Amino acid sequence: MMSTDERLAYMADQILRNFASRGQEAAIAATLDHIGQFWDPGMKSRAAAMPDAPGVVLSDGVRATFMRLRDSQPAS
Amino acid sequence: MTFTREKDFGTPEATGEAVSLTIDGQQVSVPAGTSIMRAAAMVETAIPKLCATDSLESFGSCRMCLVEIEGRKGYPASCTTPVASGMVVRTETDKLRKLRRGVMELYISDHPLDCLTCSANGDCELQDMAGAVGLRDVRFGFEGANHLEGCKDESNPYFTFDPAKCIVCSRCVRACDEVQGTLALTVDGRGFASKISASQGEGFLASECVSCGACVQACPTSALIENTVIEKGTPDRAVVTTCAYCGVGCTFRAEMRGEELVRMVPWKEGKANHGHSCVKGRFAWGYAQHRDRILNPMVRNSVDEPWREVSWDEAIVHVASEFRRIQNSYGTRAIGGITSSRCTNEETFLVQKLIRQGFGNNNVDTCARVCHSPTGYGLKTTFGTSAGTQDFDSVEQADVVLVIGANPTDGHPVFGSRLKKRLREGAKLIVIDPRRIDLVRSPHVEAAHHLPLRPGTNVALLTAMAHVIVTEGLVDETYVRERCDTEAYGEWAAFVSDPARSPEAIEELTGVPAADVCAAARLYATGGNGAIYYGLGVTEHSQGSSTVMAIANLAMATGNVGKPGAGVNPLRGQNNVQGSCDMGSFPHELPGYRHVSDSVARAQFEQDWGVTLDAEPGLRINNMLDAATDGTFKGIFIQGEDILQSDPNTTHVAAGLAAMECVVVQDLFLNETANYAHVFLPGSTFLEKDGTFTNAERRIQRVRKVMEPKNGYADWEVVQLVANAMGLGWTYTHPSQVMNEIARLTPTFAGVTYDVLDQRGSVQWPVNEAAPDGTPTMHIDHFVRGKGLFVVTDYVPTDERTGPRFPLLLTTGRILSQYNVGAQTRRTPNEAWHAEDRLEIHPHDAENRGIRDGDWVALRSRAGETTLRALITDRVAPGVVYTTFHHPDTQANVITTDFSDWATNCPEYKVTAVQVAPSNGPSDWQRRYRAQADQSRRIETAEPAE
Repeated sequence: MMSTDERLAYMADQILRNFASRGQEAAIAATLDHIGQFWDPGMKSRAAAMPDAPGVVLSDGVRATFMRLRDSQPAS
Repeated sequence: MTFTREKDFGTPEATGEAVSLTIDGQQVSVPAGTSIMRAAAMVETAIPKLCATDSLESFGSCRMCLVEIEGRKGYPASCTTPVASGMVVRTETDKLRKLRRGVMELYISDHPLDCLTCSANGDCELQDMAGAVGLRDVRFGFEGANHLEGCKDESNPYFTFDPAKCIVCSRCVRACDEVQGTLALTVDGRGFASKISASQGEGFLASECVSCGACVQACPTSALIENTVIEKGTPDRAVVTTCAYCGVGCTFRAEMRGEELVRMVPWKEGKANHGHSCVKGRFAWGYAQHRDRILNPMVRNSVDEPWREVSWDEAIVHVASEFRRIQNSYGTRAIGGITSSRCTNEETFLVQKLIRQGFGNNNVDTCARVCHSPTGYGLKTTFGTSAGTQDFDSVEQADVVLVIGANPTDGHPVFGSRLKKRLREGAKLIVIDPRRIDLVRSPHVEAAHHLPLRPGTNVALLTAMAHVIVTEGLVDETYVRERCDTEAYGEWAAFVSDPARSPEAIEELTGVPAADVCAAARLYATGGNGAIYYGLGVTEHSQGSSTVMAIANLAMATGNVGKPGAGVNPLRGQNNVQGSCDMGSFPHELPGYRHVSDSVARAQFEQDWGVTLDAEPGLRINNMLDAATDGTFKGIFIQGEDILQSDPNTTHVAAGLAAMECVVVQDLFLNETANYAHVFLPGSTFLEKDGTFTNAERRIQRVRKVMEPKNGYADWEVVQLVANAMGLGWTYTHPSQVMNEIARLTPTFAGVTYDVLDQRGSVQWPVNEAAPDGTPTMHIDHFVRGKGLFVVTDYVPTDERTGPRFPLLLTTGRILSQYNVGAQTRRTPNEAWHAEDRLEIHPHDAENRGIRDGDWVALRSRAGETTLRALITDRVAPGVVYTTFHHPDTQANVITTDFSDWATNCPEYKVTAVQVAPSNGPSDWQRRYRAQADQSRRIETAEPAE
């Protein structure tokens, strides 16, 4: 069974793949928008923390998405 | 309402130009094509009849309805004679009375004279007609040859056939043919030897009869009669209400005797079902009185302990204090809830209000998460609203019907019957389904094309159909230009035109011959009104949302949205799954599908409810379970939903529930989820409360209380008790007040009130200033979002893969006699048809594994293992196996995985890689689960009073 972080990375990757025909930049933007609309704050926080934390291996697309998510999060 | 029969006009309604005639001196104006019998009934002149009833085409066999027509010789049957302009008809003359009496004498000479002890005494058309024609004597005597010694057929658990009472009017046979479309009944033999026969002289239970009861309803005597009428007597009052099974939303007259329900009779005025029903709605309501119902609240500190019955006050205070304790300890977002698609709109509205206003978060979800959440996403994206486009009547104008991932004759039987009727009239059918469902070939129905695709390839197949439509110039260009976003269309058309997406290119992937895909695409695009009906075989995939959008793309490209006879029609699973979604049961949407980040919408609710609402989406069910195992989600209120049995990967669900500190389950029964609950609040049935359900065609219909709640409270009252214990100060005294609040806060419901529903019977949302009578067909002049949006739907294969260890693909579904997790239907005689889940396996796959029909087999996936018995059939293709999920002993969802739709997390129930092998006993999981369930269901015996 996946851990929650693994699942979040998997979910983001799955969203990216479904937007892939738009090209990578647009796919990342669409995935970010999707996460903004449908993920709860706790999921977003975990995802935003993942690029800087050891653990789950992220694909390039997911890493880029989560990094942008991190940068867009309000400072706590 | 007191007990009166619904008026029977004798023959169906006609729709021609007005024609004037005279009946018994009265001027009458009726549509051309109307029978004289119906015209007379319309002016309250009841012509005697036996073989005629207005749900069936006229037959003209009983000779009771003879009339005289000026200028015509003889005595024509009024049921088969259409009106004509200037016609002068007499329905009562000495000659007619004599003729009718003579006919009636013949009937009665071969009929038991036991009216006083007959179950139908006072509710028998033969008895009524004998009175109407003034029968006083039978000149032929009763000594001659007769049928009075015929053996009763009591095989069906719900009704009895007594051939001695049968007058061979053929109404039952015609009801089975015309209304139900099963053609299970026939008149066997000739002349005096004629008798009604189920299939080839089998008993009703063993025959092809699907027990819809249309024959029972049509029978003018007690030859076919409900067992409950035999046992309880005839009803003395009737209340119109709405069925609590599937999303068709049939309305019924609940016919009562005192506080007891005697029978459910489909209401002829019901706009979803027009007087028809299935075995579940008409007969399978016994669960409401089942001994397993829990009627007292119960609590326990730990799921290892037995339940302890407590007062409502104690239970409610406990729930409120536990939820507040958890929030104080772990934060506002540490609790949430699940609304029920089996409960009313008012109840789901209140549960999401409890969560948003009382819990202070958006952690609300509903069972649509695991069924039609992709419909919400896909249709909102493409059309602008999360609902089907048509009413059910629309199918009568369809020329081509495309059914994909749905099995209407089992899942939505009443709509299935209407669809079959239209197909018998000549509409063409395309079926896209891995299984050979009944619609593919059944009496007088045969699909023009069956595309038995490999599970998980819907998007590739639909895109290939689009490829054919675009590259062969079959697009309705005017429609696209005027109604759709042309830039998006251009991108989509270029995408689908790529040769890599042609039928030939994807043939190996889908397993469907390219020629069949081409032919189906051409038929859909050029065959006239094209209507698409789909079900969970579309949504429950890793690309469920993409498939919904691919369907919407096809419909827009061919101009098949915004007119009767066409459209995109999700066949919703549960009675109120549309309504529960409408009512804001998703964690990202307020009622009316407005995003929680929409500050204008949020402000409306904040002003009305006096709180500040969370602008961030909440957790979906699967995310709640993840958060629970992580230790951040600690409490949940689950109303009328059995997530342990219905949701995927049972092990994961169980782990999530076990990690919570307060699980509150409100249900009729101690369901599987309750094994992990700390508080159980008894629920009420649809017979015990007022409210509304919204069916798959967006039709809002009244649910009316016919008896007091056996548990003491309707479900909406229980939610109010919890809310008030948490300090919310709600003061509803009737669900109509909740509907008024819904209307005040939800633009699509703005014109809905109980008065409107009582006056009109039902309305389809949107109901507002622009559409005060509701909206049968959506998107007529423009899409809700403005221009229809084509969306590129690239095929992304599922991550669930077959391989040497798991070489077969499992797909799951349901069967006619059972309903979802079976909590209701398993507690009825419907068990006679389906007492266990079986694994359908192709003969080739079975032989390879040494499996014989009926053998116990182990079904294994990467997620788990269960055992069940095999059913060998070529209904499934080689490489594919199929089972249902109605029985907790099987726990089919132990097998299904965590893979889900990319956009909505709707589980991928329809694709699981499995292996099947002979077995001689339950799996370890089944043994452990049974032991845990037995322990968890213990109820502490109360100490006797001093």
